[in-house]
Parts: sequence; C-alpha cells; structure tokens
Amino acid sequence: MAKLLEVKDLATYFFTPEGVVKAVDGITYDLEEGEILGLVGESGCGKSVSALSLMRLIQNPGRNVAGEVVFNGQDLLSLDDDDMRHIRGKDMSMIFQEPMTSLNPVLTIGRQLTEALQLHLGMDKEAAETRAGELLLMVGIPEGDRRLRDYPHQFSGGMRQRVMIAMALSCNPKMLIADEPTTALDVTIQAQILELVQRLGRELGTAVLIITHNLGVVARYADRVNVMYAGKIIERGTSREIYGNPRHPYTIGLLASVPRLDEPRKEQLDPIEGLPPDLIALPAGCAFRARCRFAIDKCATEIPPLVEVSEGHTAACWVSDQLGAGAIGR
Amino acid sequence: MQDDNILLNVENLVKYFPVRRGIVIQRHVADVKAVDDISFFIRKGETLGMVGESGCGKTTAARTILQLYRPTSGVVEFEGTDLAVTKGKELRLMRRKMQMIFQDPYGSLNPRMNCGNIIGEPLIVHKITSGRGEYRDRVAELLTTVGLSPYMASRFPHEFSGGQRQRIGVARALAVRPSFIACDEPVSALDVSIQAQLVNLLEELQAQFDLTYLFVAHDLSVVRHISDRIVVMYLGKIAEIAGRDELYENPLHPYTKALISAVPIPDPLVEAQRERIVLTGDVPSPLRPPPGCVFHPRCPIAADECTGVHSPGLSSERGVPDLREVSPDHWVSCIRV
Repeated sequence: MAKLLEVKDLATYFFTPEGVVKAVDGITYDLEEGEILGLVGESGCGKSVSALSLMRLIQNPGRNVAGEVVFNGQDLLSLDDDDMRHIRGKDMSMIFQEPMTSLNPVLTIGRQLTEALQLHLGMDKEAAETRAGELLLMVGIPEGDRRLRDYPHQFSGGMRQRVMIAMALSCNPKMLIADEPTTALDVTIQAQILELVQRLGRELGTAVLIITHNLGVVARYADRVNVMYAGKIIERGTSREIYGNPRHPYTIGLLASVPRLDEPRKEQLDPIEGLPPDLIALPAGCAFRARCRFAIDKCATEIPPLVEVSEGHTAACWVSDQLGAGAIGR
Repeated sequence: MQDDNILLNVENLVKYFPVRRGIVIQRHVADVKAVDDISFFIRKGETLGMVGESGCGKTTAARTILQLYRPTSGVVEFEGTDLAVTKGKELRLMRRKMQMIFQDPYGSLNPRMNCGNIIGEPLIVHKITSGRGEYRDRVAELLTTVGLSPYMASRFPHEFSGGQRQRIGVARALAVRPSFIACDEPVSALDVSIQAQLVNLLEELQAQFDLTYLFVAHDLSVVRHISDRIVVMYLGKIAEIAGRDELYENPLHPYTKALISAVPIPDPLVEAQRERIVLTGDVPSPLRPPPGCVFHPRCPIAADECTGVHSPGLSSERGVPDLREVSPDHWVSCIRV
C-alpha cells in the first residue's frame, strides 16, 4: 500500500519562561492509505502535540523546531498558511476529545457542517445543506436532515461526537486524526463511536490516526500501534505484536498495570512505580530509566534508538532482546 | 438481610432534584429522578463497587448516603442509626466515621491551602488533636501513610501531580479515622500507570485500618479488581447486585451484559473473537424516565410486559420490575431473567 503520510524526526518544543519543554522530540513514523494507526501514551507524553504539529496548529510559545511531515507528496511544514488552510479540514481533518467544547455553542449544527462544504468543495448553500443532512444520517443521527437547525446543547455527548465525525468526514479527507475520541464518553457509547469510525474509514478509504491513553481502545481497531513516552516513540509494531509480544519495559508495564476483564482477578495490581519525567529537565539516557526494572548502566548515559526486534516491530530499549515473550513472567 | 455484620443499610433511598421555573414565584415543574428507590447494604470490611454510565445516579447515591445531599425519602442506616433523620451535632459526630474521596484531584483541593492544612483541617473541625505538636505529628503520619513525605506538608496543591493530589485526598479522608469511605471515581482522572498505584494503596489501607469502601466508578475492570460485591445502576435504579466473580461470569441483567461486553480488552486476538452487544441509542433523561423497566427502550430482549403495562409480578402501577434475589447474594431487576 502507498504511504499517505511520512513523519521524519519531527520535533516540537515549547519555549516557556521555565525552560524548553521538549513535548515532541524527534519522532518518525508513517501512515499507509486506509490504515488505522494507534498512538498510545499517558498524559503529557506528547501524543496530542504531535498530532497538532501535523495539522500545523501549534501556537506560541510552541514551535516546530525540526523534522518533515510529508503528506500526499507535499511537505506540510514548508507550505504557506494559505495552502495549509486548503489541506486542513479537507484532506486532513481532526476530531477532538471534548465533544462539549469543540462545537460552537451559538451556531446551529447545520451552519457548522455546511461551512467546510461551502469553503472547500465550493457547494452552494442548498447543496451543502442537503449534503449535511446526508452526513448526519451517515453517522447514525436519526432524522439527521431535520436536526440541522438544532444547537449543540440539544445533543447528548455521544451525538455531539457523531456530529464532529460527520464534520470531519464531510470533505472526504484522506486522513482523519481522532484525538482521544471516546475518552469523555461512556463505555456503551464508546463502542458505538469506534465501530462507526472504523466502518466509515473503510467505506470512504480514509486513513485514521487514533490517539488514546487507553490501550484497550485501540486493540480492536488499530492495524499498527505506536507507543510514546516523554516525547519519543519507544515502541512500534502491528497491534498483534505490541499486545502479544511487547518488548519495551514501558509497554510491558502499561499492559500489566490494567486489570483485565477476561482474565482471573489478580491479588494485586502491578503498577509502574514513580512518575513520568519532567519534560523541561529530561534525564540523560533513556527517559524511562528511573521507573524501569530492567535498567542497566548503559541506560543512564545513552539514549536507546528504535531498533527492529522482529519483522515490522521496533523498540527503543537496550535490553529489549531479553524481554521476549515469557521472559517477564506474564 | 438478617446479617449483624452490616455496616450500612440503604432502603428505598430516593433523591429527586426539583426543577423550578419562574423568577418571583418559583413553580415546581418537574423532578430530576437522580436516585429512584434503591436498596442495598454494605457489610463491614467489604468493598461494594457501584458502576453505571454517567447520569445513572451513582455519585448522587454516594453523596446522599453521606448526607451531603439530604434524601427525598428512604432510610440510610449506618451502624444502626438512620442518618436521614439525624441532624446537627449528632450528624457531625457520625460524619467522623464516614468520609469521601472525590473524583477530581484538581478541583477537590483548595489551591490556597497548603497540603498540611488540607489534611489537618478535619482534625481541627472535629477537635481531634490538642496542641500544635500533636497536630503536626498526625499530619506527618498521615502523609507517610499515603506514600508522601512529611516535608511536603508546606507545599501547595499545584506543586503535586494528579496521582499525588489524589493521595492527599486519601490522607484527608483518613484523618478522622473513619470506618467507612465513599470513593467517588477516585482513579478515573489518573493515567493508567498511576491508577494501579492508587488502587493498591486503597487496598493496603483497607487491610491496615479495617475500612469499608463504597467504590463508585465507571471502569468495570478496576471495579472488578477492587470490589467484593458490585451494584450495577442504570437511570437511578439498581439493575443488578452480585458478588464480583458471579457478576462477571454470570451476568443476568441485559444491561450488565451489554456493559461488560463493551469494555475493551487490551488484546487484539481476544477482541477479534469477542461478541459485542452494542446498545443503540442514548440513556434517556432522568427528568422523564420511561415507564415500566427504565432500560426497555434500549434492551435487546424487551417484551411487551417491560413497557409499563400492568401485569402480575410487577410491584407498582408504573410497572417497574422488582429487585429480586435469584440466587444467594445475586439480585436482579428484570422480569425476563
């Protein structure tokens, strides 16, 4: 399959009075056409900032300091603002975590949906309204065409997220970024929304980047998974490999610290001790070293690179070859 | 329920929030039926989990039990005293025995108070310590108990991470040496790796201080881990109560089944084979709950009897299914089970 997006050594820093926050610190990955890619990590690991960097939505004091984002053959970071505006919302669109705050409360749903259609696809008002009604029906809002005149507060959280999805897919984008799309929703609604994203992604051939802190959420849907920690991608592979054969101590720790419904109850949970590092004052060497039970001397001085541990599976750890299945007693 | 080991007994608890219209003359136009006739009990030393989606009334239930909201009607019996009719000084004395840990580690700590004073405030309010020395020692002891250091007492909430703040919340709850703690979503705002730390802490404290917990959460896998028995709530009512393993191995209420099947499992191989019951639609408004069984509009096995038409076996004229015991300690409110 052809590569739709290639991110090379992307770095985004925030220049604050307290120091430079290295939110995203040199990440490289790609996304194939029609693929669903998961980006997993805890709060503050830079996963949202990396997505905003793709869309060029980083605001002061943040800045892209290095790297390349090649999307559909164009380097997005070197485009001028006007050209970028034509891509944003058209070829590449985004849905956000908070369905409550990412819609404009004083505009009708119809008005918000037709805006992009008129702007990017040059539809007239009538055609845009017809299309908007169809879009609402497509995302499963009953009587969608009649609800165009409603305001966001007249929709529930799950319904608002559906409106967001309709809006994001309105111009048939090649790529959809879903930043924690289900975190604010209840479990039964979460399932509905993810099924919808997966189904529509397949039908429309849209590639999806799902960003989440919940490992469970992407297991079912993602083809491949990137795991981030302290601004870097520390492990990457097909979801089968990441969940079945994790090779980075952080991924192993994350998987072990969540209780699983399909397994017998454990006497005690197995947390990752300590806290994530301060991104202003990152330690030398591996950022995970202080919390890692497998750390060796080398980890304190040298940052481990992402190396292949098996086909299509890379991990950034000096001892990953010793962490194969079974070695950790899971 | 002839069990003398019961610490807290809740019977027919109801909490409605009135909706009023008008500026000068406020007419009572409707009620938000947040908690609508629930009954359950908690045994000494156990953890009762309470799960349900947002708006199902689980937080209101916890707050009403602690008398942070006064119940509309019903009985909340704690160690034999009905809290619903207890007032003033007597209630304040009872409050020493029951504490609460809140969901939001950011909003539940006063940003202008340092950590030591936050933890120590209950000691002063309830006049537990006498003298500065004893006060300071107790605060230091509490900080150590929850895994923080005594020197942190002079720091302010913004200097702590989310997980540490939640530990401060736990220390504050422990200050008065309670026997019962209601934990309202104590880990949902935390990252997974930190969640596990806090869950382990809560379990250690339970063993150490002989605590009884009401653990309210929407994350079923965490609830299963920590609870002995679990209450499933839906739209202000109890759908099912069962022991932890019984509930997950043998769920009876169709809502419980759907809820369990919706929880994602971090394993693509398992997920690929799992059957998922995807519920259609949203939770109805508690302002106008559907007649009959409140779950029937979304229920995959609903029949005519569930819609509120009067038929035998149903308690009231509204046709609401009774919560009945189908096997020892397993209660379910569904007539089709």
